[in-house]
Amino acid sequence: MSSMIIVDRRSNPKGKSLANRQRFIRRAKEQILRAVNGASSNRRIKDVESGADISIPTGGISEPTFHRSGQGGIRDHVVPGNKEFMEGDTIAKPPSGQSGGRGTDGSPDGGGEDEFRFVLTREEFMDLFMEDLELPDLAKRKLKAADAVLWQRAGYSSSGSPTNLNLVRTMRNSLSRRIALKRPKSDEMLALEAEIAELEAQPGKDPDRLMELRGLLERQVMRAKRIPYIDPIDVRYNRFTPIPKPAAQAVMFCLMDVSGSMTEHMKDLAKRFFMLLYLFLTRRYKQVEVVFIRHTHEAEEVDEDTFFHSTETGGTMVSTALEEMKRIIKERYPVADWNIYGAQASDGDNTTSDGGRTAALLEHDLLPACQYYAYVEVGSDPDAMPAGFATHARETDLWRTYKQVTGTETPFVMKKVRHRREIYPVFRELFARDGAKQSEEATP
Amino acid sequence: MTLAPVERLKPVKRSEPGEKAPPPDDANLLYTGADWDYDTIKRCHDAIQEIALGELGLDVYPNQIEVITSEQMLDAYASIGMPLLYRHWSFGKHFARDEAMYRRGMRGLAYEIVINSSPCISYIMEENSITMQALVIAHAAFGHNHFFKNNYLFQQWTDAEGILGYLDFAKAYIARCEERYGQQLVERTLDAAHALMNQGIHRYPRRRLDLQSEARREQERQEMQRQLYNDLWRTVPTKKGQKAPSDEERRRALLDLPEENILYFLEKKAPRLANWQREVLRIVRHVAQYFSPQRQTKVMNEGCATYTHYRIMTRLHETGRISDGAYMEFLHSHTAVVFQPAFDDPRYSGINPYALGFAMMQDIERIATNPTEEDRAWFPGYAGSGDAMAALRDAWANYRDESFILQYLSPHLMRKMRMFHLHDNSDENVYRVAAIHDERGYRRVRQQLAAQYDFSSLDPDIQITDVDLAGDRRLILEHKVQNGVLLAEEDAKSVLQHVANLWGYDVLLFENDDAGNTLRKLTVPARTILLAE
Repeated sequence: MSSMIIVDRRSNPKGKSLANRQRFIRRAKEQILRAVNGASSNRRIKDVESGADISIPTGGISEPTFHRSGQGGIRDHVVPGNKEFMEGDTIAKPPSGQSGGRGTDGSPDGGGEDEFRFVLTREEFMDLFMEDLELPDLAKRKLKAADAVLWQRAGYSSSGSPTNLNLVRTMRNSLSRRIALKRPKSDEMLALEAEIAELEAQPGKDPDRLMELRGLLERQVMRAKRIPYIDPIDVRYNRFTPIPKPAAQAVMFCLMDVSGSMTEHMKDLAKRFFMLLYLFLTRRYKQVEVVFIRHTHEAEEVDEDTFFHSTETGGTMVSTALEEMKRIIKERYPVADWNIYGAQASDGDNTTSDGGRTAALLEHDLLPACQYYAYVEVGSDPDAMPAGFATHARETDLWRTYKQVTGTETPFVMKKVRHRREIYPVFRELFARDGAKQSEEATP
Repeated sequence: MTLAPVERLKPVKRSEPGEKAPPPDDANLLYTGADWDYDTIKRCHDAIQEIALGELGLDVYPNQIEVITSEQMLDAYASIGMPLLYRHWSFGKHFARDEAMYRRGMRGLAYEIVINSSPCISYIMEENSITMQALVIAHAAFGHNHFFKNNYLFQQWTDAEGILGYLDFAKAYIARCEERYGQQLVERTLDAAHALMNQGIHRYPRRRLDLQSEARREQERQEMQRQLYNDLWRTVPTKKGQKAPSDEERRRALLDLPEENILYFLEKKAPRLANWQREVLRIVRHVAQYFSPQRQTKVMNEGCATYTHYRIMTRLHETGRISDGAYMEFLHSHTAVVFQPAFDDPRYSGINPYALGFAMMQDIERIATNPTEEDRAWFPGYAGSGDAMAALRDAWANYRDESFILQYLSPHLMRKMRMFHLHDNSDENVYRVAAIHDERGYRRVRQQLAAQYDFSSLDPDIQITDVDLAGDRRLILEHKVQNGVLLAEEDAKSVLQHVANLWGYDVLLFENDDAGNTLRKLTVPARTILLAE
């Protein structure tokens, strides 16, 4: 009889098909990216970050074969379950299209899958989302970060330089070793010596005891010599380990006009823009801090809730916000240590007299400090507007002001956004790799 | 890529792991309860083996049973059940789809996958109960295993000893190509080859396949080429007055045309392919060839395995080796597997090969042991012979689905399944009942059902008929249209594009009816995306 082998494969490495999966995702990338794009315009940002059930058209990932068409011609089927038919009977066909009870087993007539559905993990989703996004100057910063090293305490080591000697640790080791090896304690020896001295002071009294004590003392002294007070094996040094300095830290300034002219719709657009930027920065940098500055005719730093939810009345002075940003940079975020990103959202209103000051602040103070500064001009929902208004091409005050700043070699970009589906494309363009023109961006 | 999936036993409905049988005192039982461990599996296997080899007289490859998790089962699904298949995005796609459906609970997992190899590897899932494991061992490790080893198609076209080694070679070879020539180029070549997989099968035996020597042969071919290479040939002047063979007959003879194995033709004759690309085509062709017997014996293979597990489990129960509760659990799964809804049932999706196969095997047993007068008239060869297993083993060894049905489907079974023949002409607005399960119809229904399992209904008949050597080197294909059913146009065009890319020049496909009239013509220009720099 043949013998049988049982093999337990359960502990084999998982994800054997991972390589195939990566190939598949790379293959279907175009469609998946489109799906991801669609998903991000329909959902809240927070949901976007958590994996996704993706459904893509089968177009680029179909596996064609030669097979017969589902229509036309003459077909014969043998089917089970006849209840009433006699030879020569006729059965009316269903009114349109395909026959209902065809007998051939699942011929791949293509009609089955129009959409291909599967689940992307969070990592895959985000990677695709970030695909070909690269923040400017990042490579440069990274290179810089490589030589900057922080020394961090990391336990103890048995070798090191004398300056790093850890006395407490060393003495603790020494003590336990001395106890374990029963090294005579000094007060014990002193007591012995005292007793000997006492006996010697009275000669003739108990000479045996004296002999015994002398012998004991001698042995103790020998033992104390053999077992050192501090042995090299006791010595401990503080250990330091080099940690790459987190030059990969960024601060993001969110500037927003909260004056009355900003509608809820505009604020929502702005919020999505900030969130998206934040998302990108958290992916790129280990540590991202966010500073919210809201402004009317005066600016103040606020927390996130206040920033988005509380309303404020007043005029509009953009320069106050820039001034505030400049101050905060100077106080808390030295340019040498921080990658600074500015993101400003506004409906474009500004006091006309403020224009010159705003432009000067931006050009001379902020842009030199920033890695990137993006200005998004939010507008009313074009869908909600009467057709006639849809093309109001009038340039706003702020737009005109900022336009002077662009064109020069500055990390500054400005865009108009009127619907939330336009945010993502704008964003892509803002952060697209240098030179890589996104021609496939087909936003209506 | 469409391939017949590796044999899997799959429930129509997933059954709950069995009700626990009350622990009987009977020491004869192989196991109690639902849990399993290696010892119980071993005990079950030995008991099953005793019945399978002794009582049923099966002849099997040595068995190897591998325990896997459900995730690994999904993994195995994805690469058409082959543990060692090379890497390709389409397997990732299948995995993603299967996983999504499994996660949503739209689909249960198969209980097992079995690989036609020696030793015969059966995968069983850890979460199944011991009764299910016993069922799977009986079904796969003995039923399918016997079929793989004894059926003439498998003997002719597959090499059970060599397949695992060959897949190893193929995987390594393709990985090496990817390193050398870039993933994209290899992927495109594989895409094209996969599209033609069903047209990459030899239908008529040429020589015994020896997959073990494939790796060596590949090296020999390269070596040969290297040795024969002589730069001087390039400088030899061509003879004056020599004409290109314009004569069609001569040309076709030269190219061995017509050729229905399109992949084979391209591998050997496509002028612009690199050697490694030819080897890739060859690998895909071998894999297709390896699977082709499974496509042609679906009904028989499943019938054989299902009949075997049914006999074995029943015998185990009769001899008191498994409890009533375990047997009930088995029957629950078994009936789910062989369930055949009627044509007007919403669950109907064609004839269930498990149901038809199992019913036919049982029918053969009945005819051999307890025939009616009708059976004696229809099957004089073995009716009443008394030895059901001999008749079954003979059938399993010497037929494929088409011939098996044509030979063995009995009037009794046609009546039992109430089979009838529907004729569907797209020009009419009614279906016609052409034959039913009555005296006049038996033979016609049987013939028709058999035809459904024939080559010609599995795949359209497409051949390479000519190459325009004197002109633009256009490759000419012909689809012999049956019953006026043309190819699905979109897919046909995509596949033709692959053909054109492999061939390197334009491709033209005629769809001709029996009389030779061209019903449709498809032309595709070549793209040079497959040409290595």
